[in-house]
Amino acid sequence: MRYIEPHAHMVSRITDDYERMALAGCEAVCEPAFWAGFDRSAVEGFHDYFSQLTEHEPKRAAKFGLKHFCWLCINSKEAEDVKLAEEVIALVPKFLNRPNVLGIGEIGLNKNSKNEMRVLEMQVDLAAKFNQLILVHTPHLEDKFKGTKLILDVLKNDKRIKPERVIIDHVEEHTVEMVLNAGMWAGMTLYPETKCTPARAIDILEIYGNERLWLNSACDWGISDPLAVPKTALEMKRRGHLAKAIEHVVFENPKKFLSQSLNFKLEQ
Amino acid sequence: MTTQQVLDLYFLDARHKLVEIASFLDRVERAGDEDDFRLKAFHEALTKLNGKEKAKNVLLAFSDLTVKPIAKATTKAACGAYPDK
Ligand SMILES: [Zn+2]
Repeated sequence: MRYIEPHAHMVSRITDDYERMALAGCEAVCEPAFWAGFDRSAVEGFHDYFSQLTEHEPKRAAKFGLKHFCWLCINSKEAEDVKLAEEVIALVPKFLNRPNVLGIGEIGLNKNSKNEMRVLEMQVDLAAKFNQLILVHTPHLEDKFKGTKLILDVLKNDKRIKPERVIIDHVEEHTVEMVLNAGMWAGMTLYPETKCTPARAIDILEIYGNERLWLNSACDWGISDPLAVPKTALEMKRRGHLAKAIEHVVFENPKKFLSQSLNFKLEQ
Repeated sequence: MTTQQVLDLYFLDARHKLVEIASFLDRVERAGDEDDFRLKAFHEALTKLNGKEKAKNVLLAFSDLTVKPIAKATTKAACGAYPDK
């Protein structure tokens, strides 16, 4: 079965993971820019990271016949430092014409602070100015509900932003409805303890339907599973979903959203 | 899925998780001090198991339901329950 992994932090993963994903049917992996697990000391750290995402990772993936795409931004965990954020935002346009860049992401909120909000607004503005797709990270655990509402307000207030060009990631049962009602796409992240399990993600699909929803592993430097998407596809099969419906969710949906970027091409 | 299929697929798994929750609460009780905001949120969340939209309402029981951004992020981490409820 073919699938697309629309959210994975492959810079933190070993090469064997690319091989396992390719063996499981992965055709493309998309990597949003995120926190490295520690704060970078200067904008130069982001320059090197963006170079890694646009030059090195595509080559590593290509060895297994996998297409690699990425998103660029400063993440919300480093957004409390507004001066650093401004420097990183000024750097992003220099990389936007690289062939594997899909848009601005994963922007969003972490602790729902005023500075995080300011940096979010600046990056929504950046996406609007450069006509880029947007991928949004919503906060963790107790902060998710409030953060998702604040994020939706920022996006709705910027009239240049078309909702169908925005994916709000890491939705759960208490946030999925407000995202879909706003006309945006919603991502369900299959991550141990803090996000969705395969069973809950499939529940959400069964309740809300198979449109404008995708599944991702968000595998990174934490305990996480690069094969979470195909494992969830298997769980859908166990629950009696037909092969066509499964492929719709794990392949056609991400392809449909991501194809709004001219850089997203699956053929070699 | 039929009820029979749901139970065949998920009953043992759910039973196992319920026993884990019970033993967690016994463990907390043995430790003595039950005056922690996380535990209070946990008990509030348990009451949601009797109503509709259980998963959604359990998640909301742990959530910050205020609407204004906080002044400053002093930590990066989330702990799973909102302290000032
Ligand atoms: Zn991520």
